[in-house]
Amino acid sequence: MPPTIEEMPMAKALNAGLRAAMAADDRVLLMGEDIGTLGGVFRITEGLQAEFGMKRVLDTPLAESGIIGTAVGLAMRGYRSVCEIQFDGFIYPGFDQITSQLAKLTNRTEGSVHMPVVIRVPYGGHIGAVEHHQESPEAYFAHTAGLRVVSPSTPNDAYWMIQEAIASDDPVMFFEPKSRYWPKGPVDFSSSAVPLHSTRVVRTGTDVTLIAHGAMVSTLLQAAQVAADEGVSVEVLDLRSLSPIDFGPIISSVEKTGRLIVCQEAPGFVSVGSEIAATVAERAFYSLQSPVLRVSGFDTPYPSSKIETFYLPDADRVLEAVDRSLAY
Amino acid sequence: MAENSPTVQFLSIDGEFAPSEAAEEYLPYLADLSDDDHRQFYRDMAISRRFDEECTNLQRQGQMGLWPPSHGQEAAQVGSARASRPQDILFPTYREHAVGLVRGIDILGIVKVMRGTSLGGWDANDPKNGNFRNYTLVIGSQTLHATGYAMGVAFDGLVGTGDPDVDTAVMVYFGDGSTSQGDVSESFVFAASNQTPQVFFLQNNQWAISVPVSTQSRIPLYLRARGFGIPSVQIDGNDVLASYAATRKHLDEARAGQGPAMIEALTYRIGAHTTSDDPTRYQTPEQLAYWVARDPIKRFEAYLRAQGADDAFFARTTEEANDFAADLRHRTLTLEAPPLSSMFDNVYAEPHPLVAEQHAWLNAYELSLREGI
Ligand SMILES: Cc1ncc(C[n+]2csc(CCOP(=O)(O)OP(=O)(O)O)c2C)c(N)n1
Ligand SMILES: [Mg+2]
Repeated sequence: MPPTIEEMPMAKALNAGLRAAMAADDRVLLMGEDIGTLGGVFRITEGLQAEFGMKRVLDTPLAESGIIGTAVGLAMRGYRSVCEIQFDGFIYPGFDQITSQLAKLTNRTEGSVHMPVVIRVPYGGHIGAVEHHQESPEAYFAHTAGLRVVSPSTPNDAYWMIQEAIASDDPVMFFEPKSRYWPKGPVDFSSSAVPLHSTRVVRTGTDVTLIAHGAMVSTLLQAAQVAADEGVSVEVLDLRSLSPIDFGPIISSVEKTGRLIVCQEAPGFVSVGSEIAATVAERAFYSLQSPVLRVSGFDTPYPSSKIETFYLPDADRVLEAVDRSLAY
Repeated sequence: MAENSPTVQFLSIDGEFAPSEAAEEYLPYLADLSDDDHRQFYRDMAISRRFDEECTNLQRQGQMGLWPPSHGQEAAQVGSARASRPQDILFPTYREHAVGLVRGIDILGIVKVMRGTSLGGWDANDPKNGNFRNYTLVIGSQTLHATGYAMGVAFDGLVGTGDPDVDTAVMVYFGDGSTSQGDVSESFVFAASNQTPQVFFLQNNQWAISVPVSTQSRIPLYLRARGFGIPSVQIDGNDVLASYAATRKHLDEARAGQGPAMIEALTYRIGAHTTSDDPTRYQTPEQLAYWVARDPIKRFEAYLRAQGADDAFFARTTEEANDFAADLRHRTLTLEAPPLSSMFDNVYAEPHPLVAEQHAWLNAYELSLREGI
């Protein structure tokens, strides 16, 4: 019997999740640039072509619209494609096929056609890369009806969420926080803790609620530790699903703490954080003791990597917002 | 067509059987066509023209939001559709009304899309609808869907088995304007790379709305495919026999595992781009007259008459087409707006809390208005 809990990095957990999904259903295909012999530029698909063959793990021509458009056609034929986009900033050539075809076909065909396609997108900063390699474009997709959008923050979630995304009959945008690919964490192979589209409380507290997704969750945990040392009790939520958003735990938390700060690497204007702020204002107005605050990337293009630390919200910027919230 | 033209043509513009040089290798594909088959081609073309006329009228009378006419393109559409086998899968643009007719969809589905009572019009997965996929309005998108679908057909092992009832091909229709779209080039790349069982059927109707094909390409469009490693041929798209034979050959080869091919059918959009368009702003009367003289239905009528078809056949066909149009008109007028639930149903295949909440809200709101609360 293999141990049910194993320490591993998110990259390996994703690889294991993909392997499990492919073994469970032979209609599952992987498609993308350099994902076969190379195993992907981040090695997420390492070994899978050798194991499942060239017809299940496809090194595609270098064209994002082509990858997604053919995945749409394959879905019409009953295949379940998992498409890898090499980097966040290279998803835009596929935008039309995602938003006008993948997202809408189920509705257009009154449900006779389903689109069980997963689009994996390594996203976010902190890796010191050149332009187009560190962006956080999730809001574009959360804005599009017909898509589901999720982002794991831990190896365990990555292992389970990728399998749940592949099992879904809807298209799922799967945003992988690439700066979290390598830190290790426990993966429980026996069962998934919570359903795909649920917000999770990762640290309980009573004074203020912080919420984020992807890589920012670990930043919030750092900030919460510092705050605790200063006597402030911070609750940290991991959004996990950006569309639909599971508002129940968010509202409950705000009812308890009365203060909310939404955090993200992405630019703040018209962002996932904006949506949370608006909904909390609608549903928990009387519980709020201070305005909902946003801590985000700036509304600028992602800067040169030598100054990216000034763009990306860190624990200090989160704590500055905590101070403002508490001082209100 | 000029002598030594690369264009596959069997019928002269007067309907005389006079194969061009390029047509010779396609001759065997006409061999098993009977008189009845020929008459079927004619009936398909005549009915789809009458259908198209009726829909244009219905739009003018306010019964449809928009109508994209197929007038003039009947030979390209009917010949290619008749060359497909029942198990083949066809991906249209938004103008392949005659293809839909041949493949046996309830043609009212197309009217629903244009009248605004349905987004998809028909269930492409229902075997009754002849594997005729739904119309696609984003220019060029469907070429990639067809290529992906054809990859799936090959993965399923339905290519090159030698069993004529099993081997399957995919055919995708696209227009001259669409050849400038990235998706069309990407689908050529993916089709060549995967050697998909697929025919790309281009109707070069000379216009993309008001823009002539010369703006899209400096070379004949069939040559484009060759640059991608895809064999291609140009045909007289107003010659139903050329369309049939070329499509037969390339679909047969695709089913046999010989990979993709591309056909450019030279034709003409006699009508407007859609009922919202005014071709007098960009098309000269001479251009129109040139192509009216090459009308695909008139040409085939002359051929059939020379083969012995009599007035009674043509009169019966006209009557059949008129009945078809009258029935369609009647059924169009009974089409109601869809229920509001159709806006929310099937946005997702699986339950979605936001959509459910908004649906419930709209229901309650509408009820409150009716109850005058
Ligand atoms: C991506 C995209 N851009 C623009 C349009 C608007 N549009 C609709 S039809 C058309 C012309 C298409 O020409 P062609 O491909 O030759 O097909 P045809 O209409 O002649 O059959 C245009 C520009 C569209 N539907 N999709
Ligand atoms: Mg055109």
